[in-house]
Amino acid sequence: MKRIIIDPVTRIEGHAKISLFVGADGQIADARFHVVEFRGFERFCVGRPFGEMPSLTARVCGICPVSHLLCSAKTGDAILGVRPPVAAVKLRRAMNLGQILQSHALSFFHLSSPDLLLGFDSDPAKRNVFGVIQSHPDLARAGIRLRQYGQDVIERLGGRKIHPAWAVPGGVREAASEETCRELLDRLPEAQATVQTALGFIKQYLDAHPDEVAVFGNHPSLYMALVRPADHGWEHHDGVLRITDHTGKVVADDIDPADYRTHIAEEVERDSYLKSPYYRPLGFPGGAYRVGPLARLNVCSTIGTPLADAELVEFRQRAGGVANSAFLYHLARAIEMLACTEWLERHLTDPDIRSSRHRAEAGVNNLEAVGCSEAPRGTLFHHYTVDEHGLLTSVNLIIATGQNNLPMNRTITQIAQHYIRDTATIPEGFLNRVEHGIRCYDPCLSCSTHAYGQMPLHVQLIGADGGVIAEAKR
Amino acid sequence: MAVVTLTIDDKPVSARAGESVLAAAREAGIRIPTLCHLDGVSEAAACRLCLVQVEGRGRLQAACVTETAEGMIVRTQTDTLREYRRMILELLFTEGNHVCAVCVANGNCELQSLAAEQGMDHVRYPYLNPARTVDVSHKQYAIDHNRCILCTRCVRTCDEIEGAHTWDVAGRGTLSHIVADMGQPWGDSVTCTSCGKCVQACPTGALFRQGSTVAEMTRDREKLADLVTARRDKKWTV
Repeated sequence: MKRIIIDPVTRIEGHAKISLFVGADGQIADARFHVVEFRGFERFCVGRPFGEMPSLTARVCGICPVSHLLCSAKTGDAILGVRPPVAAVKLRRAMNLGQILQSHALSFFHLSSPDLLLGFDSDPAKRNVFGVIQSHPDLARAGIRLRQYGQDVIERLGGRKIHPAWAVPGGVREAASEETCRELLDRLPEAQATVQTALGFIKQYLDAHPDEVAVFGNHPSLYMALVRPADHGWEHHDGVLRITDHTGKVVADDIDPADYRTHIAEEVERDSYLKSPYYRPLGFPGGAYRVGPLARLNVCSTIGTPLADAELVEFRQRAGGVANSAFLYHLARAIEMLACTEWLERHLTDPDIRSSRHRAEAGVNNLEAVGCSEAPRGTLFHHYTVDEHGLLTSVNLIIATGQNNLPMNRTITQIAQHYIRDTATIPEGFLNRVEHGIRCYDPCLSCSTHAYGQMPLHVQLIGADGGVIAEAKR
Repeated sequence: MAVVTLTIDDKPVSARAGESVLAAAREAGIRIPTLCHLDGVSEAAACRLCLVQVEGRGRLQAACVTETAEGMIVRTQTDTLREYRRMILELLFTEGNHVCAVCVANGNCELQSLAAEQGMDHVRYPYLNPARTVDVSHKQYAIDHNRCILCTRCVRTCDEIEGAHTWDVAGRGTLSHIVADMGQPWGDSVTCTSCGKCVQACPTGALFRQGSTVAEMTRDREKLADLVTARRDKKWTV
């Protein structure tokens, strides 16, 4: 069987490659997304005190350190057996909103917008954020400032933009000052205006390009996300898990994240360091489910803020009910950015977050704990067991991107099969579409932001005997 | 009191007879980097960072245990010394597992700040990556052997200030490590009074309060010297 390899995949967070397998009939038979970097966190954290885990796991990544920080701190809360003070919970929520905002802004403006604004087939040398700065300077500038705003929320609350050591088991180390809240509130309207611009642009693009919505990962799957226990509304920090199917039917509801293993199992595949979790009752790979913005908007009843809720109604109308196309991740992210600005306003005006009671203290009271929160890319689980003194004896991390692994493979197969009909000569723009299928999910493979747009695209056609038949480099 | 006069870095300095070169230099405002020295306890000359050149002596001398002498000519800042100090720091970093980014003492660590001060921008030797343990059996404090540089400040503080002598060094060479009592978990130690002086004495993040997270471990080392002075001057009536 022939094999076409895209290595490395550009404009994503981390290092990966794509293999396109060509069948005997000359058509694309299958596509596989391989994560080629190995990190080993689950192993080398063993033996460390659990209190170190928020900062230790935050080092997994420079894009979403806050997600790990918060999820790990929540796991630590459970090991201590405490409920953090209300100020701590609200502060953590505010930081998570800043995190989701900056990450979504990065995904759209820096990584994906070059494809949408300049075109999938445009010159690869210019198809990057610098190209966008040249062609759409105002939009690019606003996007960069929006991401900066999200980063500043993190910095003002946690002391630094990247890897703040602020959330700890039991709560947070510092409350927000009045000045911090005021400054962040002052800049909120500009951030919200930029989100509205992005929303408008994405909707226009979707109207003009129904093809992409139809073939970029438009397939049934399950969806999983946290929801508020009371009304099953949009949630990003606490709450219960809900799983729905591609028709919107609720498959499992009100799952306590601590029981995740009853519902989720993980499969290790030979060709990737990324594990593939699946919904246990449906087995592997039939139990493939998607997480992240698309899933969160599919499973929630409402977002709970006026502007975002209006957009949610339109989103569902546009998708005809449940959004099953991965291309709609872009729109879902924009709606979530809007929700973040609205929720941030509520938290920053809440006097609770300035309380001096923000850290509960206790010893080791539980030897096993699960923490769960929504990272920008989807549901994140940390699961620790500790000895009686609090040294870790096992660590399991279920990362959002892993949960999207199976759907990502299906998405790139669908795109490759649709566009690549003649495997003898493949236009570069077609391979870029395959890469974009991955970008829709905004995967975060580990900790590094690569120099987007400058990385070479290496495509190899490999015959059944393993020899390279043809080769092209960008 | 007999006084000697000597020259340190071309500066004429007077010192009490029997005083160390390190003490004389400090009194004269000349800074010599140290790690194992701690005001209030005896010298161990373990870290070798305070090495100085003394004219007429072939070997480099540790300033903390070298007595001042009449007419002595001392140099504390030469290219050779700077190179040796950097080398010593690099070797300390390779010998343990020092990960500043996730360490409780980040930003408050003497090893870290000395490395920065001495311009240690990279390490030229292979890391040993030893497998070392963390002992969190004590109720209030913990010891992470990965971050221990064997300066023995804790050993001397526990022995000389607290009088408990809970800590000591066991093993040989790179296997040397700090032990509580006869090597049992710290929490099981019968001599430890849980006074926490050793935690104050530690220059790195090896000894810390339980529950401390990154960069949270600040110390007040002057308290140890204050205790010694107060006891010597009989500031307390018993």
